[in-house]
Amino acid sequence: MDSNTVMTGIESAMTQIVSELSERFGDNVFTLQQTADGIPTLWVSREKIRGIIAFLKKEARPNYALLFDLTAMDERLRTHRQGLPDSDFTVVYHLLSFGRNQDIRLKVALSEATLSLPSIFDIWPAANWYEREVWDMFGIVFEGHPNLRRIIMPPTWVGHPLCKNHPARATEMEPFSLSDERQTIEQEALRFVPEEWGMQRQSEGSDFLFLNLGPNHPSVHGAFRIALQLDGEEIIDAVPDIGYHHRGAEKMGERQSWHTFIPYTDRVDYLGGSMNNLPYVLAVEKLAGIKVPERTEVIRVMIAEFYRLASHLLFYGTFAQDVGQMSPIFYMFIDREKVFDLLESISGARMHSSYFRIGGVALDLPDGWDRRVREFIDYLPSRLDQYDKMVMKNTVIKQRTQGIGSYTTAEAIDWSATGAGLRATGFAWDYRKARPYSGYENYEFEIPSGNRGDCYDRCAVRVEEMRQSIRIIKQCLENMPEGPYKADHPLTTPPPKARTLHDIETLIQHFLDVSWGPVIPAGEASVTIEATKGLNAYYLTSDGGTMSYRTRIRTPSFPHLQMIPLMSRGMMIADLIAILASIDFVMADVDR
Amino acid sequence: MMKAGIGSAADIIGILISAIFVAAMLIWVERRLLAVWQDRLGPNRVGPFGLLQVVADMIKMFFKEDWIPPFADKPVFVLAPTIVFITMLTGFAVIPFAPGVGIIDFNFGLLYFLALTSLSVYSVVLAGYASNNKYSLLGGLRAAAQTVSYEVFMGISIMGVVMLAGTFNLREIVEAQRDGWFIIPQFVGFIVFLVAVIAESRRAPFDLPEAEQELIGGFHTEYSGMKFGMFFVGEYLGVTLSSAMIVTLFFGGWLGPWLPPLVWFCLKTAVCIMFFILLRGSLPRLRYDQLMAYGWKVMLPVALLNLLVTGAVALTLHG
Repeated sequence: MDSNTVMTGIESAMTQIVSELSERFGDNVFTLQQTADGIPTLWVSREKIRGIIAFLKKEARPNYALLFDLTAMDERLRTHRQGLPDSDFTVVYHLLSFGRNQDIRLKVALSEATLSLPSIFDIWPAANWYEREVWDMFGIVFEGHPNLRRIIMPPTWVGHPLCKNHPARATEMEPFSLSDERQTIEQEALRFVPEEWGMQRQSEGSDFLFLNLGPNHPSVHGAFRIALQLDGEEIIDAVPDIGYHHRGAEKMGERQSWHTFIPYTDRVDYLGGSMNNLPYVLAVEKLAGIKVPERTEVIRVMIAEFYRLASHLLFYGTFAQDVGQMSPIFYMFIDREKVFDLLESISGARMHSSYFRIGGVALDLPDGWDRRVREFIDYLPSRLDQYDKMVMKNTVIKQRTQGIGSYTTAEAIDWSATGAGLRATGFAWDYRKARPYSGYENYEFEIPSGNRGDCYDRCAVRVEEMRQSIRIIKQCLENMPEGPYKADHPLTTPPPKARTLHDIETLIQHFLDVSWGPVIPAGEASVTIEATKGLNAYYLTSDGGTMSYRTRIRTPSFPHLQMIPLMSRGMMIADLIAILASIDFVMADVDR
Repeated sequence: MMKAGIGSAADIIGILISAIFVAAMLIWVERRLLAVWQDRLGPNRVGPFGLLQVVADMIKMFFKEDWIPPFADKPVFVLAPTIVFITMLTGFAVIPFAPGVGIIDFNFGLLYFLALTSLSVYSVVLAGYASNNKYSLLGGLRAAAQTVSYEVFMGISIMGVVMLAGTFNLREIVEAQRDGWFIIPQFVGFIVFLVAVIAESRRAPFDLPEAEQELIGGFHTEYSGMKFGMFFVGEYLGVTLSSAMIVTLFFGGWLGPWLPPLVWFCLKTAVCIMFFILLRGSLPRLRYDQLMAYGWKVMLPVALLNLLVTGAVALTLHG
């Protein structure tokens, strides 16, 4: 069964926005596509795309305020395209409406000969980096973009990696060698030239200092570079430069079986562990039509919340450390260690447990898990209270972080900020409440929010989120259902083995599903979750094979880093460090 | 009346070597104490309680390649770390450890101390300049501004003590505390002086010139091996010297019952050093402009007010 033809729920909402658009732009402008995730998906021509996007953002009531994702797909080798317009490369816009609590996906078909379409950076500032990424990865030109240069690959790179004809493995390429000459060229290419970014070297009163902060700097949390234009210690402008941690996770998704890609997801937001598995396995399950048992859902929620705690504890400690407070991180590492001990006793691994499976989890909970979980949730709250005294109520911390790096809710949405960065502005919007997944509708918890949108509030929101996570874990503990921990479905991994020794067909099928991996029905599905750092989504396209045709990973940190210039202009270097700490990013989550 | 007693050669060598020894051991003390306060173990592998860690560190630093970055200003780059080491070490010359123990008994001991701490900033400024690295330069600039601002009221803050004791001679200042330590009448002066010496020693929360999280180490970013080691030991010499000075000026120096004077002095200094370390373990770092504002807008007026009140009281009582 081709899941392109599966019509899942929310039909009325779908027809509503489609009829609104038809009213405005005419009936024959759109081609409707049905996807496994039920998100209204419309194909539009590239002449119309800007107008439609501007309409959705500005005129539609309620509007689509957030540019959730902007990506593309090389469709040249895709075989299951029944009913879809001809396209070599498709650009995909994924918009989110808070008012409707609805998404919409717009697709533009492009032919190889004319790989260009108009830029929308003036409609959404956040589109700037996304369009650069699409150009970098696919070679699609966005007309009118102010600075369409490589963002993730090095400036000297030849080719566009996510094109299907670009090699994916080192063995498909010439052996790598770095001659002195080549090294000089590569190093020279990294030199920051202010003029390329429209910066002045001096003003009337002073010569500016250009400071290269990173890629190796104690406070950039990974390999990340920011070129700073300074007047004394005051930041005039900043240019974030990413890509140093790029490992081609999306390309790997096209070369790994559906099952063997799971461990790669752990390493995207490497502080989030199995939290990363969740959107991926949920998306595969949507494509495969698997419904997981209740026990699986509760286990997943509990593990995900533990990873949220682990990630937030690390954030909390490094935040204090980056404003110069040395000790809290050590206390918080002790707590984090306890989380990892617990996760280890459940899954066998600590940071990257890859515990979730398609259709379930890897193992059932071990005997005595409840005692350890109870011990931990009894232990942590008093520690959090101590940290409040130590960090959040500290006068110097307040002086250093209140009113620093603040932005409004409108700015946050325009720049695609999600997670604590959005909630700190006073907009209490949490994906777990707005669109519950994996059974989050069954839990009682609050959505903490701030009101100033500054560094302090971003931290305060996360601190409170930890308390809410403890609440959720407690509810998991008290209401853990009995039953199987894996769905009884042929496409779960590892596949069910019970009947394999009874007949040869089942044995063969089991052998194939284990060795090649399951064949997931053709179709498209995107699943979003409230991850540790904001909204994380996996947008999977299956062409009916054992591997994904296209794996798009929408990570929260990518747009967050794009906001750094906005947040840091007029601040001092020390403020920038506080701002970086308060964003809570990891570079693998940015570069993938 | 000018008097200047000089200790024997054995005294001089003994005191200077103990100062260096204490400063070196402080590396271990600080790491262990911070570890205890942070629920960790700290260095505990080399020798009993990890005491030989310092030796291991020294060996490592001595045998490290003595590298000077090609873009650095070589003579200044080499000279800079020696300045802090020498100024801090010579500072010990005036410290009255106990009756009869000391290098020089000299009427302007206090001024000598102030002069040397001011000189030590050259070390940082020159290191920042000579490294020819933007981070070092920013560190050097911060150090210059910080020292200039903070030494203004450092001098003023101890004038209260001078008024009460009626002398700049450190031994006489200690003797003047027989009836009560100066921390009581000069509590405000003590607080201001404490803040100033921490700022002068460039330690957390006033470690802006090196600010690891911001400037990657600031003025000493480009330093390694023994030249870095000299900054390192220089900092601990500074801590020891400042602690000894605080004890001399406000805690009655060697005075105390039952125990020998030298033991009292060392005990008090040790407590003071531990306080320095505790501060580093607990406070976040101020921002550059906040540090300046705090110095000029809070500490300076307080120090001046203290001077005024002390003067008025002294005049009323004795005049």
